Amino acid sequence: MTLSLSKDTIQVLKEQDVVFLKNRVKETAVKIKMGLVNQTRLLTAASELVRNMMRYADGGVCIIEVVSSGRVNGVRLTFSDRGPGIPDIDAAMRDGFSTGRSLGLGLPGTKRLVNEFDIKSKVGEGTVITILKWANG
Amino acid sequence: MDKIPILRMGAFLLVTIQVDLYDRLALNLEADLVQMVNKTSAKGVLIDISAVSIVDSFMGRIIGNIASMSKILDAETVVVGMQPAVAITLIELGLPLKGVHTALDMEKGMNLLKSMIDETEEEADEDEMSDDLITE
Repeated sequence: MTLSLSKDTIQVLKEQDVVFLKNRVKETAVKIKMGLVNQTRLLTAASELVRNMMRYADGGVCIIEVVSSGRVNGVRLTFSDRGPGIPDIDAAMRDGFSTGRSLGLGLPGTKRLVNEFDIKSKVGEGTVITILKWANG
Repeated sequence: MDKIPILRMGAFLLVTIQVDLYDRLALNLEADLVQMVNKTSAKGVLIDISAVSIVDSFMGRIIGNIASMSKILDAETVVVGMQPAVAITLIELGLPLKGVHTALDMEKGMNLLKSMIDETEEEADEDEMSDDLITE
């Protein structure tokens, strides 16, 4: 059972918003005393996902939440956009797959960096990706 | 518009990244640096990333690009000062930065560059010598 303790919604439409978002994620991670390596993992994951959102969907919304499950706290990030959607999620989750001339590490790499990863996408409607990183774990 | 300064020191170019890179800044750095290698005929590029707290797949690709581009312009690239947390994240992300030379700090990086350049010069000398022998 995970409980949401705080919720912060940030619109990401311009490159400056990306910097602002990363700073807020960092503040939140520091607030729950997340270890430095986990902070770096979470921020890197956020950086990958926000870039995808900017590149493929011209921006979207990110919700930053502090969640708690018993004694441990964590940060949950939900990225939602109204972009073109991902037709084949299995392919998108494979290392080296990209439709956008990148390395194709974004989604599978992000999954390796966080504790929980969930992706929902519908062609023509958009994509919602949720990641969760516990403070220690 | 922010810009990352590129300093020239003898045959080397020094870049110290003091801010967290965003995409446009990284792309500009890549272009500027390759231009500078060409303009100054630099033999080595030293990039200090000790103040960089996140390197994601895009930044990793830019670092790799800078190294490969400099390489075909006859300059070696050494990345110095990577934070341990960044190294952990890069490997977990699946980006081992193959083909990029690294050193722990500026001094070690400089020594590495010097030794690499000496080696290539020695090789060139040997080639010349063997050419001489053939012509004789």
